[in-house]
Amino acid sequence: MKETKLGEFEEVLLLLVGILGEEAYSFKVAEEFESQTKREVSIGAVHSTLNRLEEKGFLESEMGQATAERGGRRKRIYTITASGQRALETSRDFRVSLWSQFPAFATGKLNFG
Amino acid sequence: MPRSIKSTPPRLAEKLLLRVVRDDLGEEVLGDLEEKFYATAERKSAWKAKLNYWYQVVNYLRPFALRKSKRSKNSNNIDMYINYIKTAGRHLRKNKLHSFINTAGLSGGMAVAILIGLWIWDELSYNKYHENYDHVAQVIQNVSNNGEIQTWRTAPYPLAEELRSSYGSDFKEVILASGQWEMIIAAGDKKITKTGLFVEPNLPEVLTLKMMAGNRNSLQEPASILLSQSLAKAYFGDNDPVGQQLQLDNRMNVFVTGVYEDLPGNSTFKNVSFFAPWQLYYDATEWIRTMNDPWRPNAFQVFVELPENADLNAISAKIKDAKLKKVNPELAKKQPALFLDPMSNWHLYSDFENGVNVGGRIKYVWLFGIIGGFVLLMACINFMNLSTARSEKRAREIGIRKAIGSHRSHLIAQFFTESVLVTCLSFLLSVIIVQLSLPFFNEVADKQIAILWNNPVFWMIGIGFTLFTGLIAGSYPALYLSSIQSVRALKGTYKAGRMATIPRKVLVVVQFSISFILIVGTLVVFKQIEFARNRPLGYDSNGLVAIPLLTSDIHKHFDAVKTELTNKGVIVEMAESESPMTSTWSTTSGFDWPGKDPALSVDFPTVGVSFDFGQTIGWEVTQGRDFSKDFGSDSSAVILNEAAVAFMGLPSPVGETVKWFGDPLKVVGVVKDVIASSPYEPVAPTVYYVNNDPGNYVIAKLNPTVSGSDAMATVEAVFTTFNPSQPFEYQFVDEAYVRKFGNEQRIGKLATAFTSLAIFISCLGIFGLASFVAEQRTKEIGVRKVLGASLFDLWKLLSRDFAALVVISSLVSIPMAYYLLTGWLDNYEYHTTLNWWVFVVTLAGTLVITLATVSYQTIRAAMVNPGRSLKSE
Repeated sequence: MKETKLGEFEEVLLLLVGILGEEAYSFKVAEEFESQTKREVSIGAVHSTLNRLEEKGFLESEMGQATAERGGRRKRIYTITASGQRALETSRDFRVSLWSQFPAFATGKLNFG
Repeated sequence: MPRSIKSTPPRLAEKLLLRVVRDDLGEEVLGDLEEKFYATAERKSAWKAKLNYWYQVVNYLRPFALRKSKRSKNSNNIDMYINYIKTAGRHLRKNKLHSFINTAGLSGGMAVAILIGLWIWDELSYNKYHENYDHVAQVIQNVSNNGEIQTWRTAPYPLAEELRSSYGSDFKEVILASGQWEMIIAAGDKKITKTGLFVEPNLPEVLTLKMMAGNRNSLQEPASILLSQSLAKAYFGDNDPVGQQLQLDNRMNVFVTGVYEDLPGNSTFKNVSFFAPWQLYYDATEWIRTMNDPWRPNAFQVFVELPENADLNAISAKIKDAKLKKVNPELAKKQPALFLDPMSNWHLYSDFENGVNVGGRIKYVWLFGIIGGFVLLMACINFMNLSTARSEKRAREIGIRKAIGSHRSHLIAQFFTESVLVTCLSFLLSVIIVQLSLPFFNEVADKQIAILWNNPVFWMIGIGFTLFTGLIAGSYPALYLSSIQSVRALKGTYKAGRMATIPRKVLVVVQFSISFILIVGTLVVFKQIEFARNRPLGYDSNGLVAIPLLTSDIHKHFDAVKTELTNKGVIVEMAESESPMTSTWSTTSGFDWPGKDPALSVDFPTVGVSFDFGQTIGWEVTQGRDFSKDFGSDSSAVILNEAAVAFMGLPSPVGETVKWFGDPLKVVGVVKDVIASSPYEPVAPTVYYVNNDPGNYVIAKLNPTVSGSDAMATVEAVFTTFNPSQPFEYQFVDEAYVRKFGNEQRIGKLATAFTSLAIFISCLGIFGLASFVAEQRTKEIGVRKVLGASLFDLWKLLSRDFAALVVISSLVSIPMAYYLLTGWLDNYEYHTTLNWWVFVVTLAGTLVITLATVSYQTIRAAMVNPGRSLKSE
C-alpha cells in the first residue's frame, strides 16, 4: 500500500497541475513552481514527484501533443484524479480546522506584538 | 521562438541521458529538457542554457527514471544458479558422511600442498633478500687431501688483497671476512655472546643491508661496529644506539656507527648480529699479524661482487691458480684450485664430491615437492572418485530435470557449479588449516614461514588449482551423465556397467602405491637415524659438558677450578681441549711419517688437549697408553686414532716417531675412533697432542650422582668467579651430538606428518568407496544372506576386492620404493640396509589398515536384515 499522505512539495505540485490544466507537464509545472514560489527546482525532481503522485493514484497521465520547440517530441500531460482531489481537500480541511482552533487566528486579527 | 537561437542542447548530455534513462521516458524527458533549454537561452544566455541542461540531466539520475539493469530484467538465470547451489547444498547435507570425507580429504591434501609449496618458496628464495643476489659469489677452493679432492669454503686472508691487486678488473668488490664467530659483546655490565663477522668496509653495500640508523659506509673506521636491530634493542632499548661504546671479546673497543634491519631467516647471514671492521680484528689479534706464512691458515672467507653480466665461469678459470702461485711447496702439493661459488648456490647446492658440485638441499626441495604433489594428487583422485561414485545415484534427478525442459548445457553447468563449489570450500578450509598448523610446522621445519597473503602468485595458483580440480572432478557427471536419455534414467534402468569401476580401481591402486612408498620411505628414514645414533661414539658422552672459553682466565687457574669443583662433588674429571667434542676446529697438512709418499698431501684434524682429556671423555686406548703427566716427555707425544693408523699404514705405531712441520713427535698410544664430525661419515685420521696453551673448551665430566642442573649451577658459580668477563655458557655433549641429526630428524618428522596424512587420505578414499560398493550390492547381500551366507562369508566377499587392490599396489610400488631409497641411502657413507622386512611390515600394516577401514562398511552392510534390503527398491 502506497503512502497516501501528501507532503508539502507534493501538495504544491498537485495544485499546480490543477492550475495548469491542459498544460500540466513536467517542464511547465517546474516553470510554474519557480515563478510562483521563487524557489529553484530541477525538472527531474518535479518529474520524479509527479511520477510518485501518479503511483499513489492522485494523478493520471497521457501523452499529449508534440510541439516544435521540443524538437517534435510529445509531452506527458498530467491530470488530477478524483482521489487526488479528495486528498487536496482533506489536506485543506485539516489546516482550516487547525486555524479555527487557534483563538488568535480565528478572530482574523493576528497580533504577534 | 527557437528559430532565433542558434545553439542547440549539448548532444553529449542528450546521449548520456538516453543511455541511462528508461526507454519509455526518453521522449518526454528530452522534450521537456529541450523546452527548458530554449527558454533559458532566451532569458539568459546560450552558455547558461547549456550549463543548465547538464544540471537537469544530472538531476534526472533518480531511481524512478533509471534504466533497470539487464540482469534484473530477466531474473531466470540467477534463479537457476541459486537453484543449482541449493541442490548442491541439499546433496551435501543429505550425504553428510560423504561430503565430510570429500571436503576433509581434499582440504587436507590442499593444505599439505600449500605448506610444502610455502616451504619450497622459502627455500628457493634463500638469500634473495640480498639485492646483489645475482652477482655475489664466494671464492672457495678444491684441495687435494689424503688422496681425494675436498672443497673448502675458507681461504687464507692475503687472498683478498691478491685478488684485488692482480685480478682487480674482474671484480666490482673483493671482500675479506672472518668466519661467523662468537664474541662476547659488552656494554657496561651487560654481556652477551653473539655471532658476528669481521669484514672489510664494503660488505654492507655488497649484502645491501637495510640500514635503520647510520649508513652502509660506516665501517671505515677500525673502531666501528654495525649492530642488528634486535641486538641494538637488547642493549640500548629505545635509546639511540649510534655513538654508544661497546667492547668485543674484552679487548676491542668500538663505537656503534649503524644499525641494520635483522637479516631474515632465509639468509646465509641470518645468525650474524654484528659486522665489525676486519682492520679492528687484525690490529687486535697478534697471531694473525705475526704469523710467518699468512697463506697457510684457511680460516677466513672471501666474498666478491662481480660486475653485471660478468661471466662467472670465465673469472673462475682465471683465478684458479691465484693461491697456488703464492703458497709454499708443501702446500702446493694440495693443488689448491680457486673458483667462484655464486650466492644462488650457497644454500641449495652446497655439497661437493671430489671437487664437483653434487647438489645439496635441493634434493629435499625435490623430495618434498614430489611428496606434496603426490598427496595433492591422491586427494584429487579421491575427490573425483567419490564425486563420480555419488553422481551415478543422481541419474533420476537428471532424468527429471531433462523431462521438465532442462537443456544439456544446463546440466553441465549444474554439475560444474556443484563440484567447483565444493572445491572452493575445501580451498578455504585448507587455508585455515595451513594458518593453524604453521606454528607447529615452523617449529619442526626450523623456518619462519607465513602465508603469502599479499602475493598474487599464491592466490592465482591456489584459485587456479581449485577451479581446475573442480572442473576435472565434475567432468564425469557433467559431461557423461548429462548425456543419458531421460527415459532410461527415469525408468531406473540406467546402471553403470562393470567397466565403470575399472578406472576407479586404477585410481585406488595409484593411491595405495603412493602411500606405500611414503610409508616405506618414512620407516627407512627412521631406521637410518636410529642406525647412525647407535653407532659407537668412541667415548662416553654421558654427563659430559663442553664449556667454551673466550678468555684465558680459567686456563690460568685451571687446577684451582678443578679442585674446587671436585671438592664440591659436582665433577669427577675435567680437561681442556682445542675443540668441542662434536667437531674438530683445526686440521694440519704438515704431517709426515716414515714411509709416507712424498707427493701425497694430507689434511688431518688435530686436537690439542690437556693431560686428563682421555680420562674425562673415557676414550678407549687400544695400543700403548694415554697421555700422562708422569712422563715429562709427553709434551712432545701424540696419540693417533685407529683411522690415522690405518691411513698411515704403520704396522706397530706405538713408539714410532712422526713429524709435524719438521718437529719430531712420539706416538705413545692409539685410541678407538672418536666421532667428532658427521655421524654418517667415516672418522677422519686424527692426531691428539698435549697442548699447554689455553684451550677453547673445558670438557667436564659431571658427577653422575648429582643432577645435571644442580651440578651446572655450581659449575657456573665457580666459573663466573674465576672468569668474570665472560657470560657463562655450556652445552651437554650428548645433546650437541643429537643436534647433528637435526636435519634427518626434521625430515623424519615432516615425512611422518605427510605420510600419516597420505594414509589418512587414502583411507578416507577407500572408506568412501567401500560404502559405495556396499550400497550397490545391498540386494546381492540380501540374497546371499537368505541362502545362508554367514556374516564372516559376507565380510570376506566384500573385503577381498580391497585386499586384492592393496596387494597389487604393493607389487607396483616395491620396486619403485627400493630404487628411490637405495639412492637416498647411498648419500650417506655410513648407512643402514634396506631389509625385506621393511616391505613386509609395510604391506601387513597397509592391509590391516585397509581391512579395518573397509570392515566398518562391510559389516554394516552384512548385518542388515535381508527382508528389508530385498524389499527396498
